[in-house]
Amino acid sequence: MSSNLVWLSIFVLSVFIGFEVVSKVSTTLHTPLMSGANAIHGIILVGAITVTDHADSNLQLGLGIAAVVLATINMVGGFVVTDRMLEMFKGKPRVKKDAEVAGGESK
Amino acid sequence: MNTNLYGVLILAVSVCFIMALKGLSSPKSARRGNLIGAAGAFVATDLVFWAPGMTHQHKWWILGAIGFGVLVGVPAARKIQMTQMPQLVALFNGVGGGAAALVAIVEYLKLGSGASTAEVVATVFTVIVGCISFSGSIITFLKLQEIMTTRPVVFPGGRFVIAGTLLGTLGAAEWVIHSMGNTSLAVMAVLALLFGVLFVLPVGGADVPIVISLLNAFTGLTVAASGYVLQSTLLIVAGTLVGASGTILTRLMAAAMGRSLFGTLFGAFTAKPQAAVEGGEARSVKSGSPDDVAILLNYAQRVVIVPGFGLAVAQAQHTVRELADLLTSKGVDVAYGIHPVAGRMPGHMNVLLAEANVPYEQLVEMDEVNPTFPQTDVVLVVGANDVVNPAAKTSPGCPIYGMPILDVASAGNVIFLKRSMRPGFAGIENELLYDPKTTLLFGDAKDSLTKVVSALKAL
Repeated sequence: MSSNLVWLSIFVLSVFIGFEVVSKVSTTLHTPLMSGANAIHGIILVGAITVTDHADSNLQLGLGIAAVVLATINMVGGFVVTDRMLEMFKGKPRVKKDAEVAGGESK
Repeated sequence: MNTNLYGVLILAVSVCFIMALKGLSSPKSARRGNLIGAAGAFVATDLVFWAPGMTHQHKWWILGAIGFGVLVGVPAARKIQMTQMPQLVALFNGVGGGAAALVAIVEYLKLGSGASTAEVVATVFTVIVGCISFSGSIITFLKLQEIMTTRPVVFPGGRFVIAGTLLGTLGAAEWVIHSMGNTSLAVMAVLALLFGVLFVLPVGGADVPIVISLLNAFTGLTVAASGYVLQSTLLIVAGTLVGASGTILTRLMAAAMGRSLFGTLFGAFTAKPQAAVEGGEARSVKSGSPDDVAILLNYAQRVVIVPGFGLAVAQAQHTVRELADLLTSKGVDVAYGIHPVAGRMPGHMNVLLAEANVPYEQLVEMDEVNPTFPQTDVVLVVGANDVVNPAAKTSPGCPIYGMPILDVASAGNVIFLKRSMRPGFAGIENELLYDPKTTLLFGDAKDSLTKVVSALKAL
């Protein structure tokens, strides 16, 4: 199997997983979910570190470092702000409307 | 580090991200899900320094840049007020898109002539979409922060300008792929940035959250594309997950607002200008004193409180709870009618009221609260406007037409706590304000509520 085909397989399977994991989510969680997904794409930090490490001109180094800063803000800030949102839901009985949450009243 | 070991560890991180998204879609596991995602991201960031083929020549620069990013990002995320959270998420999404575009630009500078067409196309895609996500998110930030107008910005021939910019960007992309030059790349990036701005400008206030979600999905796809160029499974998996789940989430959000995605993005071009409201400012409204409001509330059997963005701005969530508790102790049946998109983001009100420890069983979602309005004596609208505006049902062509609303008009009395007669975020006049059964109490929501509470105690 050519490596391009491997990448394509990973891509297609990930699309289906992505669709599947969020197909049932209550309105209440739309904002935290968006914010959490937003933090996850901050993983571009790994890419930013890789290209900066291999930079062989000052232009590349400068752009790479800017990318590292922006990606770090995205990732770290994203997880922290999502946690702050979710903190407010902690230990509260849930809205009964959502089927999957029915009876999920935490003590 | 051994390539196989590295691969296995990266696979574990990918699983963490899947579990994070899965966790975030259910209230019970949401917080844990987020922490799992954060742990995965932390491990991945450590691991990359040990990845096969790393030179470590710029290690200190990189560590310094990470440190700086943490110093900016963490305080911003910790200090931000709940009311400003949506714009912060937009901003974080924008910088993520910008980071992806920069990574792709550096990669492009290194590609050289030996690169395969697929790699060049993926790089070009990342630069374009990353730039759109960056500039588009900045505009959504400016709209939400009310630095610029929240209304749709439409100018004559706008759609042709937008289409032209898009075609120009694609033409420049073609030029980049053939020439592999730096000028063409710069032209393409600038056009893509411009397109991002033009694409978000016509989106009206209430639809901005949907666009943030869409741009979030875009950024995910750029991360996946740069993962292909960098041969990183982790970036492909994480980026694709966000792209796919973000697309679904965007559709769910649009559905919750009764909007189609297409209508959200292009509605401003097809909407007819709203019929001018006759008489405008000159029409009379009935404004009351805190005492009048207290009396209405005191003799009601059932009161529904409809919170909106004004509640968030005034930080009145604790005061509104005090009022609700007081009414409950007087034997009044109190519920909160929660519109899914009240505030600036779906779920905004739930977060805010949860902060004030409002019992969850009092929060009633739109579909459940609507049939109860005819049996409700008083509806207290605290800083909400668009979500109770009957224009959404009656005026085809107005920007919120088709959005499901809370049918407060069918209740006995409606009290609006408003700062002024200014229309809501979507910029539409609300007929309900002129209804004979409506009483207006002007002022900051928190002040007004405090006065009502003391008036109620005196009764």
